Amino acid sequence: MNGVGKIIRISGPVVIAKDMHGAQMYELVKVGEEKLFGETIGIESDKATIQVYEETSGMRPGETVERTGKPLSVELGPGIVGQIYDGIQRPLTSIQELVGPFFQRGVTIPAIDRKKKWEFTPADVKVGDRVAEGDVLGTVPETPLVTHKVMVPPGLRGRVKSLAKEGAYTVEEDIATLETEEGLVGLQMAQFWPVRRARPYKTKLPSTTPLLTGQRIIDTFFPMAKGGQGSIPGGFGTGKTVMLHQLAQWADSNIIVYVGCGERGNEMAEVLERFPKLEDPRTGKPLMTRTILIANTSNMPIAAREASIYTGITIGEYFRDMGYDVALMADSTSRWAEALREISGRLEEMPGEEGYPAYLASRLSEFYERAGRVQVLGSTPRIGSISVVGAVSPPGADFSEPVTQNTLRIIKVFWGLDKALAERRHFPAINWLTSYSLYYDSLEEWYSKKLGLDWSSLRGEALSLLQQEEELQEIVRLVGPDALSESQRVILEGAKMIREDFLMQSAYHPIDSYCSIEKCYYMLKVILKFYERMKAAAERGVLIKEILALPVVEEIARLKLVPVDQAEKVCKETEAKMVEQFENLYASGGRGTA
Amino acid sequence: MSKALLTGKEYATLTEISGPLLFIERTSGIAFGEVVKVRTPDGEERSGQVLEVGEDMAVVQVFEGTSGLDVSKTTVRFTGETLRFPVSVDILGRIFDGSGKPVDGGPEIIPEDELDIHGAAINPYSRAFPSEFIQTGVSSIDGMNTLVRGQKLPLFSGSGLPHNLVAAQIARQAKVLGKEEEFAVVFAAMGITSDEARFFKEDFEKRGAIDKVVMFFNLADDPAIERLITPRLALTASEYLAFQNDMHILVILTDMTNYAEALREISAAREEVPGRRGYPGYMYTDLATIYERAGRIHGKKGTITQMPILTMPHDDITHPVPDLTGYITEGQIYLERALYMKGIYPPINVLPSLSRLMNEGIGRGKTREDHRQVADQLYYAYAEGRSLRELVAVIGEEALTERDRRYLQFADRYEREFVNQGVYENRDIEKTLDIGWDLLAALPEGELKRIDPQNIKKYHPKYRGKVEA
Repeated sequence: MNGVGKIIRISGPVVIAKDMHGAQMYELVKVGEEKLFGETIGIESDKATIQVYEETSGMRPGETVERTGKPLSVELGPGIVGQIYDGIQRPLTSIQELVGPFFQRGVTIPAIDRKKKWEFTPADVKVGDRVAEGDVLGTVPETPLVTHKVMVPPGLRGRVKSLAKEGAYTVEEDIATLETEEGLVGLQMAQFWPVRRARPYKTKLPSTTPLLTGQRIIDTFFPMAKGGQGSIPGGFGTGKTVMLHQLAQWADSNIIVYVGCGERGNEMAEVLERFPKLEDPRTGKPLMTRTILIANTSNMPIAAREASIYTGITIGEYFRDMGYDVALMADSTSRWAEALREISGRLEEMPGEEGYPAYLASRLSEFYERAGRVQVLGSTPRIGSISVVGAVSPPGADFSEPVTQNTLRIIKVFWGLDKALAERRHFPAINWLTSYSLYYDSLEEWYSKKLGLDWSSLRGEALSLLQQEEELQEIVRLVGPDALSESQRVILEGAKMIREDFLMQSAYHPIDSYCSIEKCYYMLKVILKFYERMKAAAERGVLIKEILALPVVEEIARLKLVPVDQAEKVCKETEAKMVEQFENLYASGGRGTA
Repeated sequence: MSKALLTGKEYATLTEISGPLLFIERTSGIAFGEVVKVRTPDGEERSGQVLEVGEDMAVVQVFEGTSGLDVSKTTVRFTGETLRFPVSVDILGRIFDGSGKPVDGGPEIIPEDELDIHGAAINPYSRAFPSEFIQTGVSSIDGMNTLVRGQKLPLFSGSGLPHNLVAAQIARQAKVLGKEEEFAVVFAAMGITSDEARFFKEDFEKRGAIDKVVMFFNLADDPAIERLITPRLALTASEYLAFQNDMHILVILTDMTNYAEALREISAAREEVPGRRGYPGYMYTDLATIYERAGRIHGKKGTITQMPILTMPHDDITHPVPDLTGYITEGQIYLERALYMKGIYPPINVLPSLSRLMNEGIGRGKTREDHRQVADQLYYAYAEGRSLRELVAVIGEEALTERDRRYLQFADRYEREFVNQGVYENRDIEKTLDIGWDLLAALPEGELKRIDPQNIKKYHPKYRGKVEA
């Protein structure tokens, strides 16, 4: 029997209780008459400090605190995919059925439906076989996109005493019994794992495959790797959330975990409304059938917001352990950090920078380190990965603030959003001069194999054009466009074409929203060929105005609206027309006045 | 949740008064968040709320201020209740003070229900995504930053700018096309002057809409701490009217900067670790508990649309109040001093303005199929024109190319013809888009890259054979 303590102090989400001998850090407790979930976050002799996951008004000193002896855990098993949970994994669908559209306190609902039966097919395991942690005992078709693998939980090994036959089972029924050193252990499809502990794996592996996102500026210039860590900071209105929604829609992973952490309720409503209607471009199945949503919006309890990113990544690790590629988006890590700050303030801890606790940096790095491409547990080799992308919302769009700075020290991909671009409605507003990806070098081989050896030089040329444009713009700002030579103007026009016809991408256009890496390649090739021709023509004295009046210019501008499967054909046609039109230009004597 | 057990327990053990806070000792069984009644030595009764509670102490914030209180004669009664507001449809047409007492001389409200003013968070799963276009009749909003039902779209203003006129015009003109539905305005004033309050009241009266308005007035000389509950009362009234009585509610909250000041005052009195500029670290979450009380809910007919107004100290958009607001709300309408000085009304600069929910509310069947593209093109052209203005300031207009000059002219005309309009001028969306087209027609057609060729053929004045202006 676990002990029962007594509340002696209440301040918002923080409660202090006495008579808590033997309480453990991060132990799950039930607070007050309504048995609200809470977690021990500090212990001083027999007093425990508890963060409560629900609103505490009406609670009184003297009410009880029950200990559970267990840490805050998530429930893992079939039935998670396609769900929407709050920060401590309570299904929002069931909460609505139970209490209606407004939250009420003290609702306890299991994360996974207890009654639903799943079609279990045993794996190639026989009674008497030795199995160990991570070994697959069977599979369940969870959704059209996800085959759920039922695994031996970490830390368990033994001889199979019995294994369920093919058939329908609930998550609580035994599907296997193991003879272990400690005796017989029944295994069910559902298992638990404490959220604050990373699930174990065999070894970490280098990231060598890009996580393709269908976004031209990302996939071409600043690619994310499968198993990578990325961050997308930006002031309000610069398009963080749209970008994360785009990643959740189009990233080529098997599982998407989207954590809406302290953000807007309507954004979650948008995902819920749009995703079920969208199809995965690779399989044609509804996107929602590979997505898990964690929604702890800004007006929901703050302690649960703090827990939400751990809930998300633990679920992600579980699917990684099956050998899947998982992508997790957290929007926004700044709100998580603020939850940390608020709780720290209530504990009257010594503040670090801007009131954030001194452990902000270590908590952030602990979280991002749970990303990675790994050899997962299990006797047969499997590789899985979790890629993590966190949005950061710097106050006043000032990137020097602690959350952005501490994040930048960890992550390897930085997509910096730019207010000036957003105000010009250049979306995605990722600044191409300040953003970076440290993965490009290790992914280069993949790109060369996939697209051809000229990929890297195309990319390099495009980036250098944009860089040169910036330098020339500096001159224009000082002395006006007249000071530029013709060849410098050619550079400006070339860069403008890359900006407007390649980098700008509409998230709302049905075709432009997703761009395959092949289409990126063909588009970039045409644009740079045009630039080369323009340069050559200008050197021969043709006026830039005449070149820009060529019909092919308009065609290039509309390449982004060409469906992915026709991109190669249309781009090649455009290129042929371009050659022809330049020839005609020369033939008609378009040599200008020079 | 009311617990009658200890109702009415009265204490005379006040030991310390600090700003708006009272520290009471030797208490027992006090609930966190419960309402207290404070009796002053003169016999006046004020209300407050428990902010922190221990085994034998409680910290209470007093909404009506602590002046005149002492530690010997003042008594404090704990009611065991949370803060509630009595509601009924009879609140329509009524005026309340900042703590919810009628001040219009009318009868007391006979409540149909008493609702916790903190409300309850809407389950994100239960939310319906806002998608119904609200026509405000203001071109720079309808055309460029469309408002939809269930959205929270603040006005970012500065002191001395005509945000009240804009808000009143929107309240006057807002309608959903093709529908006659129950519509009402809930107005909450926090720390505004009595002149401003009178302006709104008279504006509602003048057009005979006063019986469709609920007003809450906390004026500049009313207690600052009361401002913490005023918006919550207004939103409680709104939720009742919207989600229990199927009405469409527009909530105007002004001025949120004064609200934030009150929050800072309480935080300082509690000696909390301050965040940016002395505002508490939890201000984001606190503001969210106000702004997030907007929206639509599956299965409910009514909606809540919010239009908070805030003045940016020193016109600084990075100040914590506009900054945190912008992170929570679904966009912002930005009033600019430079435009106001030029005599443009409404002085809305569309470049830093944004409506995040615009895409859902516009397009074929809602406004017009070319809406998105026209807006994008106008944005681009105006941004181009404004950046050329800066260039001209340095190098003079002579150095510009012909194309650049056209953009420069475009920006001027855009401000004078598209943005500028009368305080009582109600433009429908067709008119707004047509003005937009008229301006775009002055640019070379090849520049209209953001508009589909079909739409150019269909709507460009050149092809429509008519040029308005």
